[in-house]
Amino acid sequence: MRVAVMATCLGDALFPEVPRATVRLLRRLGVEVEVPPEQTCCGQPMVNTGYLEEAVPLVRRTVEAFAGVDAVVVPSGSCAGSVRHQHRLVAQRAGDGALQEAVADLAPRTYELSELLVDVLGVTDVGASFPHRVTYHPTCHSLRMLGVGDRPWRLLSAVAGIDLVALPQAGECCGFGGTFAVKNAEVSVAMGADKARHVRETGAEVLVAGDASCLMHVGGLLSRQRAGVRTMHLAEVLATTADDAAGVV
Amino acid sequence: MGRTFVGMPPFPVAAQAALADTTLRRNLAHATATIRAKRAGVVAEVEDWEDLRVQAAAVKDATLDHLGEHLLTLEASLTARGVRVHWARDAAEACRLVGDIALGHGLEEVVKVKSMTTAEIGLNEALAERGVAAWETDLAELIVQLGEDLPSHILVPAIHRGRAEIREIFRARMAAAGRPAPADLSDEPAELAAAARLHLREKFLRARMAVSGANFAVAESGTLVVVESEGNGRMCLTLPEVLVSVVGIEKVVPTWEDLDLFLRLLPRSSTGERMNPYTSTWSGVTPGDGPQEVHVVLLDNGRTRALAEREGRQVLRCIRCSACLNVCPVYERVGGHAYGSVYPGPIGAILNPLLHGVGSDPATDALPYASTLCGACAQVCPVGIDIPGLLVRERVAVVDAHRRDPRPKAEALAMRAGAWGLGDARRMGLAERASGLVGRLPLGRRMPGGRRGLSWLPFPGSRWTGARDLPAPPRESFRQWWSRTGRDEGHRP
Ligand code: SF4
Repeated sequence: MRVAVMATCLGDALFPEVPRATVRLLRRLGVEVEVPPEQTCCGQPMVNTGYLEEAVPLVRRTVEAFAGVDAVVVPSGSCAGSVRHQHRLVAQRAGDGALQEAVADLAPRTYELSELLVDVLGVTDVGASFPHRVTYHPTCHSLRMLGVGDRPWRLLSAVAGIDLVALPQAGECCGFGGTFAVKNAEVSVAMGADKARHVRETGAEVLVAGDASCLMHVGGLLSRQRAGVRTMHLAEVLATTADDAAGVV
Repeated sequence: MGRTFVGMPPFPVAAQAALADTTLRRNLAHATATIRAKRAGVVAEVEDWEDLRVQAAAVKDATLDHLGEHLLTLEASLTARGVRVHWARDAAEACRLVGDIALGHGLEEVVKVKSMTTAEIGLNEALAERGVAAWETDLAELIVQLGEDLPSHILVPAIHRGRAEIREIFRARMAAAGRPAPADLSDEPAELAAAARLHLREKFLRARMAVSGANFAVAESGTLVVVESEGNGRMCLTLPEVLVSVVGIEKVVPTWEDLDLFLRLLPRSSTGERMNPYTSTWSGVTPGDGPQEVHVVLLDNGRTRALAEREGRQVLRCIRCSACLNVCPVYERVGGHAYGSVYPGPIGAILNPLLHGVGSDPATDALPYASTLCGACAQVCPVGIDIPGLLVRERVAVVDAHRRDPRPKAEALAMRAGAWGLGDARRMGLAERASGLVGRLPLGRRMPGGRRGLSWLPFPGSRWTGARDLPAPPRESFRQWWSRTGRDEGHRP
């Protein structure tokens, strides 16, 4: 099976370890991985801030870059959600029938990482090993926009050596919210402070989530607090094997 | 009396002040957590809850699609039962109508049933200007009114107040409004309620006119419905001689069968009860029993504006249950006042822009952005309003309304620049190479996990780094890594 990785702009530019781990994990599972070089950004930051017009060229680029591949995997709940649920709006705005068709064609081929692993590849034990105390935050868009349910939790539970602890009030938003994080920075931080407190309550050394953006927010708070908790993307934990587990944290 | 939201700062500014109010934060966190848990419990009991939501949305949509017809049916049924029906285009017209009725009877005071619609149109203030005192009789509304405060929740307008504050308000303010609070009043809820009861009883017995809203208006029979917990509403609806109900035109439901659906959804969604204690229904005048002069003011005030929006019209499904407020993590932290409207929280963030339009008032324009788009509201809304979807659409409306501004906002310029930089893989790659050079500098300090983190950036980056570290750019982007090694490498990147 051939799968194209959508690195996302944030993953490409700021958190390259996330798409890299995705590539490595999929290859270990015997998947033939592609990274279409023309990809840039799905347009979500513009759409969610109301700049629909500005998102049109980005959506166009995205559907062109991923045309013809069997499946697209996105290590981000919110970007997968954008492709599946928001591109339609952008294509409508462009008033371009061909774009509308291309968007409708890409949406059902696009999977968030845990969806691809569990639903398409049919694995929950990916052969990872991660002997650390971990808690998991289900990000809003993976939980409520995509409905990934307990897939990430099942994947993490199957990791060898992991000490997985439930996060209190896990389903509550961390307060990132894209440009909300700067437009309403104080509210964003107030929400993040509560999320960080719950993370610390678990005694976990690693906070895991499926969106690098939310981790950047909560991780930024935890770092500022000198909380001694690191953040890792789900892909990074699942990519770690017994060979390298010792050196990771 | 008489404070309004007019002239309040936009959400981002108002929210900062609210966040610093520790009592407010505590009261709200406690109150919303309690009601969330209650709601979740009683909703879980209903096996076909999701079906009910879908049906309710369908009934509302079908009604809105033929709103004109249903309103005419309602008017005919009401008139046949002796009700005088008035149509009001906007708040001013509605207030004038109600004031005319009161003054026509030579009255200086009216009692009020808790009603969002009359709060929306600023009725109390308008009546006060014409020398008519409007007494709120809902306990929480009474607290707000006596405290010369503003409502901060649709269902529990004084949710931001703790019982110690309520005791102070009663002791300091009740005397000026009627029967004083007992001198030894404690902050025990039962004592507070008893004080309010005695205070209000006087007003009920004296009042000759009541003003209400309605939760629903059944077109086929001309029946208005008020759903409440305290029974004070029923006192107002039955004791005075004159009853005036101000009803938004979206409140119409065609039949009693439709009503049944909403009466099942509303109490569980709003107070977390299986059934609310009082459901009052009345169809016009019954000779010798209850009010003998009954008026209904059907209010537009922006509703036809919202109705004209293809997607936006679903906001008119709202039954004002307040479930979306109670689950909203933003509302929980800042409370209702920061939204600058009697409709706060997620519903307020879409309803106000849809009723009044965007592009002219900065406070209204800020509302669709008062959300992280987390989607918790959409999961609980009993009539299935796609609140996050409408928030995005209203953001688009705000941006579009400002596209011709002579001086574009910095945000607009940043978005255009971002879209250009991200619009092409080569441009993005060049930018990444530049940031990779920055990543080679020994900036900031080590974060857990080994990345270097920046703790300070100049404005606007300071909006982030004020409270959060930011990872420094990596030396090598994913794109660079892929072209250097990833493409050919086997299983060990
Ligand atoms: S939008 Fe939905 S959840 Fe919010 S008050 Fe209206 S009906 Fe209730």
